[in-house]
Amino acid sequence: MHRLLLNKVVLILSTISALIGIGFLFWILITLSCKGIASIHLETFTKDLVEGGIRNLIVGQFMMALIATAVAVPLGVLAGIYLREYGEGSKFASVTRTLSDVMTSAPSIVIGVFVFALLVDPVGSFNGYAGIVALAIMMLPIIIGTTDNMLALVPKELREAGIALGGSKHKIILQIVLKAAKVGVTTGILLSFARIIGETAPLLFTSANNQFFTMDLGDQFPSLTVSIYNLATYPDAESRELAWAASFILTMIVLLINLAGRYFTRNKH
Amino acid sequence: MANNELKKVMEVKDLFFTYPGVPEPTLKGNSLSIYENKITALIGPSGCGKSTLLRAMNRIHDLYPGFKYEGEINLFDQQSDKMENILELRKENELIGLRQRIGMIFQKPTPFPMSIYDNVAYGLKLQGIKNKGELDGMVEKALKDAAIWKETKERLKESAMGLSGGQQQRLCIARSVALKPEILLFDEPTSALDPISTGAIEELITELKKEITIAIVTHNMQQASRLSDYTTFMYLGDIIEFNETEKIFLNPDQKLTEDYITGRFG
Amino acid sequence: MGGRLFRDFSFFSATLAFFLLIGIFAVLFTYAQESMHTFGFDFLYTEIWEPGEDDEGGIFGGYIPIVGTLMSTLIAMVIATPLAMGIAIFLTEIAHEKIVKPFSVAIELLAAIPSIIYGMWGLFYFAPIVQSLFGGNGVGLLTAGIVLAIMVIPFMAAITRDSMNTTPDVLKESAYAIGATKFEVIKDVIMPYSKGGIIGSIILSLGRALGETMAVAFLVGSVMSVAGRVTDPTTSIPVLLANNFAEAQDLELSSMYFLALILFVVSFIVIASAKIYFLGRKK
Repeated sequence: MHRLLLNKVVLILSTISALIGIGFLFWILITLSCKGIASIHLETFTKDLVEGGIRNLIVGQFMMALIATAVAVPLGVLAGIYLREYGEGSKFASVTRTLSDVMTSAPSIVIGVFVFALLVDPVGSFNGYAGIVALAIMMLPIIIGTTDNMLALVPKELREAGIALGGSKHKIILQIVLKAAKVGVTTGILLSFARIIGETAPLLFTSANNQFFTMDLGDQFPSLTVSIYNLATYPDAESRELAWAASFILTMIVLLINLAGRYFTRNKH
Repeated sequence: MANNELKKVMEVKDLFFTYPGVPEPTLKGNSLSIYENKITALIGPSGCGKSTLLRAMNRIHDLYPGFKYEGEINLFDQQSDKMENILELRKENELIGLRQRIGMIFQKPTPFPMSIYDNVAYGLKLQGIKNKGELDGMVEKALKDAAIWKETKERLKESAMGLSGGQQQRLCIARSVALKPEILLFDEPTSALDPISTGAIEELITELKKEITIAIVTHNMQQASRLSDYTTFMYLGDIIEFNETEKIFLNPDQKLTEDYITGRFG
Repeated sequence: MGGRLFRDFSFFSATLAFFLLIGIFAVLFTYAQESMHTFGFDFLYTEIWEPGEDDEGGIFGGYIPIVGTLMSTLIAMVIATPLAMGIAIFLTEIAHEKIVKPFSVAIELLAAIPSIIYGMWGLFYFAPIVQSLFGGNGVGLLTAGIVLAIMVIPFMAAITRDSMNTTPDVLKESAYAIGATKFEVIKDVIMPYSKGGIIGSIILSLGRALGETMAVAFLVGSVMSVAGRVTDPTTSIPVLLANNFAEAQDLELSSMYFLALILFVVSFIVIASAKIYFLGRKK
């Protein structure tokens, strides 16, 4: 019958789409692993970029991401708490919520341009602080959104029960509501960390890159992602190889953090 | 069942209540009395305002700004030996004080995400009680008063989320009872529970009234007639009839009450 | 009391987020002034990008990067949409319960792969294939568009899937009960029911694709000319910024800010419309 044939065709095409999607995933991961593993030697981890390794890049990328997290998390969680627990019904809250939501999908390169204007141009040189601020700006809306949503999932009766025992609002929020939403909020933080540690565009003209090992945030700061961008365009084979090694390491880090986040949510009870 | 010691602990007078954003008041001039160490039930079909009235008694509507109260809810104060209108309380610490005197149990058991011990101790810690020995004693007493000590004494440090529905509800009762309230408000406490847990809770409530005054909202008429000393029948925001339970169920004054009791509607 | 302080801190954090967003617009707008005053609306259709002598003045027009951005995004959306819909249908209506979870995780991992990795892989593995199939240099509009599609698919599929899953089971069951085929239930019940979410996911993905930088930077060729054929190299706003922003000065720099402003505003409008009109407000 005509209808049954159409049905079959659509279902087969859909299945093929799914297989194509999975196919690309495996294609990318496999080529990345093959090329990447072949390019990794012990020196890759013990030497800095200036000597053909990526040690300072890994340290640098993590440092910026961690400090950005330390900045964005308290601000983001508090803002999320405000939106959900204090701002219910206010115009300000709903506008901020929408703006924040939109910003999670905003172009990251524009954020780089913004931070350049604010923290690089006036100072006269690329610096690690600017990179951190750019990453923090990217994380902030994501954390606000997840905190907001996770708090919304906490049933209102829990708040009422806390109030009924004579608790004051901020104690109830911190000791009961946030605690109840703990797993979701933490996962949100973890996943946003995984997202920014793989970012390149916001760092390109804020912290740029540094071949040497340094902890001086006032200086150009080493970045794994920006390095890949630079190395990939050099004609020589060593640079190419290093780019693959860096790409492989970066991808493994990002995927591991992602999987850790999902594993974490599985044990939700 | 005339009782010479009949003492009013709370009196509601011409109470009007309007929810935020709603044009008409949900409670339309309610008046009733709550007597000490008695169980007063509020019954009526869905939407009659029984939960709204109950929730006015511990000012929990205040959580959702935009409401409007009119009238009085007078609470007897031991210290001053007179009735004080709790609708006039404005400051946060006054409301906190009120809620430590009038506790509430909700339809859905609401264990906090912490250990059983911490759940019961929560309200006490809010009051500033820090001494571990003191807390231990009060927690144990509360759990005993809620008839759940035996089941929990070996697992006080475990998460409260691991308890069954009926146990969680009794935990919530222990939590409230720990504060030694004068009045306990129950908002459909057993409608989310199975019949056996329901029976246990009903037994518990009957025990509790020896020390505490109780008001209970229920959509289960049999429960109201089983448990309560006084019953209030409400319909569309009005109190149709308020009297001793026996009278309401066997010989109501109002036709509307009779129709509800006999199942003709609701 | 602690309560007041806490509330104020939270409010402060929320306003910070609010003013940040406004701040970005303000900064871009301010730094774009020189270019905006010099070129005005002509900027949008001027095909020239030439610094003047000794970096003084020059003529800058955004036409090429703007068109590059739009074209690469369009190609990506045309390829991605049917595939993403197919994957969503597979996950919600075809896959066995046991396969759904691992498949969903796989799709989400695809979304987690950093943009620059897509660039690397695309440049060294995918571009040669496009070259052998379609000619040209490997890097160009088509390669960028296809890889952009691969990047956008998981995102679109996930949102569409979530939207489709909101369809009440009873609705689907009643359709099956009168003898509808699976495809008919999808076409006549699920899709109309989740129409808002599906359209929203397409528009949202479009908004994201507009701003995509690193993968496109590797693959589009970074050449300041309009792509005559689909395999020709060209450039896009994010790519131009990524490559040239750091060295630009004066009028050229201001023009870059101008481009960033255009990109920001357009992305913002697209994403905001998707969120507000189609995906509904968050509760």
